Amino acid sequence: MLKSTLLDGQKFQITIQRLCRQLIENHNDFANSVIIGIQPRGIYLAKHIAEELQKILPGKSILQGDLDITFFRDDFRRRESPLLPNQTKIDFIVEGKKVILMDDVLWTGRTIRAAMDALLAFGRPEKVELLVLVDRRYSRHLPVAADYIGIEVDSIASQKVVVSWKETDGEDKVTLLSDK
Amino acid sequence: MHTLSTRHLLGIKDLNRQDIELIFETADTFKDVLNRPIKKVPSLRDVTIANIFFENSTRTRLSFELAEKRLSADTINFAASSSSVSKGETLIDTVNNILAMKVDMVVMRHPYAGAGIFLSKHVKAQIVNAGDGAHEHPTQALLDAFSIREKYGDVAGKKVVIVGDILHSRVALSNILCLKQLGAEVMVCGPTTLIPKFIGSLGVKVEHNLVKALNWCDVANMLRIQLERQDIKYFPSLREYTMLYGLNKQILDSLDKEITVMHPGPINRGVEITSDVADSKQSIILDQVENGVAVRMAVLYLLAGQTQ
Repeated sequence: MLKSTLLDGQKFQITIQRLCRQLIENHNDFANSVIIGIQPRGIYLAKHIAEELQKILPGKSILQGDLDITFFRDDFRRRESPLLPNQTKIDFIVEGKKVILMDDVLWTGRTIRAAMDALLAFGRPEKVELLVLVDRRYSRHLPVAADYIGIEVDSIASQKVVVSWKETDGEDKVTLLSDK
Repeated sequence: MHTLSTRHLLGIKDLNRQDIELIFETADTFKDVLNRPIKKVPSLRDVTIANIFFENSTRTRLSFELAEKRLSADTINFAASSSSVSKGETLIDTVNNILAMKVDMVVMRHPYAGAGIFLSKHVKAQIVNAGDGAHEHPTQALLDAFSIREKYGDVAGKKVVIVGDILHSRVALSNILCLKQLGAEVMVCGPTTLIPKFIGSLGVKVEHNLVKALNWCDVANMLRIQLERQDIKYFPSLREYTMLYGLNKQILDSLDKEITVMHPGPINRGVEITSDVADSKQSIILDQVENGVAVRMAVLYLLAGQTQ
């Protein structure tokens, strides 16, 4: 197994900060915008972004929630066993809001398709945008594109992109794993 | 692997502790789904489920049907009273005819014990037992234990007394198996004639005095007298049964601690439980009904998600 680090240390933090500045460019003080992280791994990115935004916009309230998409996936009954759901925590109204969905890695686009369906169960947002830390280009199964991108990676299907977080893995890092 | 150890849900007997906990964890998320503005998820959109009821039912049937619809499954309903069963068709023929219409799962209630097990050996579909005679009613036991877990945080170590017609009750047997599996202490209480002779072998205590039983327990599950299953007289009169085993406010208030009152329904108000107890704040009867949909969604989701 070959490991190569794509992003870590100060560069990781700069990337997060750049994404925050891009968000503020479009969403001003977040009065009508909310952040929703996709379970299970996107919630850490959403938390990081929300914390960073809070630093840049002191005194403003940044609404942030977690969305589980398990019941909306398109591979139910196509895998060996059903996936166990995670918690959904959305303590605010989505109706009429600008929603920014966040996930760690955008690959086939299937998760995002499911997330859009799952999100609509909570109401009709004014607009939905997508922010991802890693965009694995040229690997989409569905016509999905991100509005905000941390880094772009050209990889093949057998490779794996792993995003680690300080709170779960001890370090903020993006790694590319290859067989050979 | 997050999957049940069984392909059908025929009884609690077939489930291990991990299975039950997996069902509860899944039901937690479905309960959350049921509190959303849109209470439906698309998971079972390519699954067709037949609800086959050879015996009357209100709650269980509505609860299963709602659970199926909330999961986006297609459903067909079949009641024996209005079907060709009365023309002499056998169970296997009836079910195979339904399956020929491309049905994936069968939810069945039947007056004979073991009907679900028999069917599971002869047809291809996955079977969910919604009550077979005086044998098992697994989803009721699961939702009862889920409701106790919701109220107390855990089932382990809790003392539960099941009061009434234990002999004819499928709810009692499934409840005993489920609660024991989760580490609760279980007692049964009722007249000698309505307690099966060897019930002690299931690891439950037996008590014939209602007040003593209630003083022992944290939770009392009051069962209905199943007159439709009683071919002989088991006690002199319903009035006498009520005097000895009916739960009223006076007894409830006289206890040392505040216990939780449950009932699987249908209630015979004024027989096993008085109205003021059934409607009191100690009763979680309607929470049981609410939890029933979430628990059944979890069971259907976990079974349907297995590789065919």
